[in-house]
Amino acid sequence: MYVSAGLGNAARAMRVWRLVAPNIVALGAVSLVTDVSSEMITAVLPLYLVLSLGLTPLQFGVLDGMYAGVTALIRLAGGRLADRSQRHRLVAGLGYALSAVCKLGLLAAGSSPVALGAVLAADRTGKGLRTAPRDALIAASSAPRDLGLSFGVHRTMDTVGALAGPLAAFAVLWAAPGAYDAVFVVSCCVAVFGVVLLVAFVRDPSIRSVPRAAMSLRPLRRPGFALMCLAAALLGACTISDSFVYLLLQRRLGIAAGYFPLLPLGTAASFLALAVPFGRLADRAGRRVVFLGGHVLLLGAYLLLRGPLAGAVLLACVLTLHGAFYAATDGVLMAAAGPLLPGPVRASGMAVLQTAQALARLMSSVLIGAAWTAWGRPAAVTAATAGLGVAIVAAWPLLRAVR
Amino acid sequence: MSTGGGAAGGRRAWLVLAAAALLALAATAYVLRAAGRGGAATARPAAIRLDDRGRLLFRNAGSNGVLASVPLAHPGGSRVLSGLNCVRLYASAGTGVCLTVRRAAVPKIFAVILDRGLHEVRRVQLPGAPSRARVSPSGRMVSWTVFVSGDSYTSPDLSTRTGILDMRTGRVIESLEDFTLLKDGRPYRSPDVNYWGVTFAADDDHFYATVRTKGRTYLVEGDVTARTMRTLRENVECPSLSPDGTRLVFKKATGDPSRPWRLHVLELRTMGEIALAETRSVDDQAAWLDDHTVLYGRLDGGATNVWTVPADGTGAPRLLLRNAFSPAVVR
Repeated sequence: MYVSAGLGNAARAMRVWRLVAPNIVALGAVSLVTDVSSEMITAVLPLYLVLSLGLTPLQFGVLDGMYAGVTALIRLAGGRLADRSQRHRLVAGLGYALSAVCKLGLLAAGSSPVALGAVLAADRTGKGLRTAPRDALIAASSAPRDLGLSFGVHRTMDTVGALAGPLAAFAVLWAAPGAYDAVFVVSCCVAVFGVVLLVAFVRDPSIRSVPRAAMSLRPLRRPGFALMCLAAALLGACTISDSFVYLLLQRRLGIAAGYFPLLPLGTAASFLALAVPFGRLADRAGRRVVFLGGHVLLLGAYLLLRGPLAGAVLLACVLTLHGAFYAATDGVLMAAAGPLLPGPVRASGMAVLQTAQALARLMSSVLIGAAWTAWGRPAAVTAATAGLGVAIVAAWPLLRAVR
Repeated sequence: MSTGGGAAGGRRAWLVLAAAALLALAATAYVLRAAGRGGAATARPAAIRLDDRGRLLFRNAGSNGVLASVPLAHPGGSRVLSGLNCVRLYASAGTGVCLTVRRAAVPKIFAVILDRGLHEVRRVQLPGAPSRARVSPSGRMVSWTVFVSGDSYTSPDLSTRTGILDMRTGRVIESLEDFTLLKDGRPYRSPDVNYWGVTFAADDDHFYATVRTKGRTYLVEGDVTARTMRTLRENVECPSLSPDGTRLVFKKATGDPSRPWRLHVLELRTMGEIALAETRSVDDQAAWLDDHTVLYGRLDGGATNVWTVPADGTGAPRLLLRNAFSPAVVR
């Protein structure tokens, strides 16, 4: 039975592979390599700033907060720019290249909080610039009925990179203890390789000569797309941010702080296992159903956080559900939006949808932070759980009305 | 994965391979050079004692910063380096505390307690990145503050945890949050309370520290035996008590993001405060050279240096030690 199950899985994997266009795999490889690079930095940045430079988190946090709003605007601009020029690969490539340069910028910035803040803002500008055109490329490269699967494969590869990044950073620090500059240089080399992969292997299927009339943003004003943005924002506004989820788990279970960075690995592992199956499920059972279902799974995680389970069982269940939530919503939302957006405005539309969701989530983390401070932890979780339940019920008619 | 047909696709694959090889070579070369550099900087273990009066202990800067010492009379003289990696350190009356990080896939952080011969006598695991360290004048009480990893590093409302160790009883108070806080005379509870920067009085029982709640910081006066603290005044961070016990040097938030803190001295009898002549921002829990001079680490461009400034608002800052942090005078 063991053997036959293994063979079955292998055969299924082969079928999935054949369904996915080479361009999706190329884009996935670019994202994988780029995520190795950026997660190397994320993993060591706090230690670098506090231990090597002696900065306080406060000094740095103030600067960082200032740039949060800029990223949302850049994303909209990136989408529009890619659509106007119909050069999605070029705009995405500029974003990847900018982030690669920023890795060396970290070295040049030394310990000046202002310069460090500027470099990190530029890095985030690069990320904002590339996201929408990249997702538009995925949508344009995939057969319409396999959109969910294509996004699932892309996001899976992306997550593999995110998992490998911290390991790469620790490998560098193991070889050269305390040499954070070496981490930055290696990260930069990896990011440059990502750009090389993009230039060499990603095709741009967009049509260069689009009539001006087709560039109009009118499709974004159609009720179907507006309803989808509204539903995504409504659900996003009731989502507890990841760091709060991990913090809640830590407080409930008394996890030693040293192991705290390992919690996101649990979410990532669950995401990795489920992104492709949920993508396929979305293609067959309906993307909007799966998107909403993902939020039901998240609701389950919130209920568990307040429920009777404890110990390793609670940890495993919550992290599995948390990863499953992302697997059922992240790529699936883009796959659901794809058919609503005509090619010439697809990147703009995706940017609008992602921005609506991101701003709603930002707002929710501010609200939950305030509730936590004012009412304490249990009440804040109860409020968030009730809010998400109401949002799910309210979002369903909106999503059903999407045409 | 090649998308072009035939020869063009093959050539492209070769170019990508060549690029990968070049980048891998560059990355490896840099890491190897960095590894060699680390080896050269390792210090020889040397005889530093925590009861050598007239010497200044400090963290010799660099990513492998070690506990070091110079004679106070010749701070520019040759430095004696120990083999102890400390991110923050302090010492008093033959007791030392060194907050250190064991680098690993999951870094572990410890407060290492040292005796006068610099031997480890105790080790307490801490829940986050080192921020402040202090020892009471008698050497009996030790305190530390760490940034609690777990909260988003980039969130402006960071979390800290401050603990106290009583060397006589061996008891550890893991968090000041377990004490009762009286705010304006009434018991105060809030989940967002954070403490940092303890300084002890000569009686080994009273102490001063900073508390932050609802976006405001306050100076608290505490009592270890009674497990209570009460707020004294607003906008006082990282207090440090003068050797004669009459004044606190502290950093005061300015509201100007380009220079967030300025050193001030608070006269405890009159509660009058004066700004010190150091106008650049200082993010450190200062120490006292003597009853008239404070010393502190300051970030100057890419390096941390130790400076002194008169405690009465006159004079000007003077550079004492380059590439150093966490100064402590051996009295």
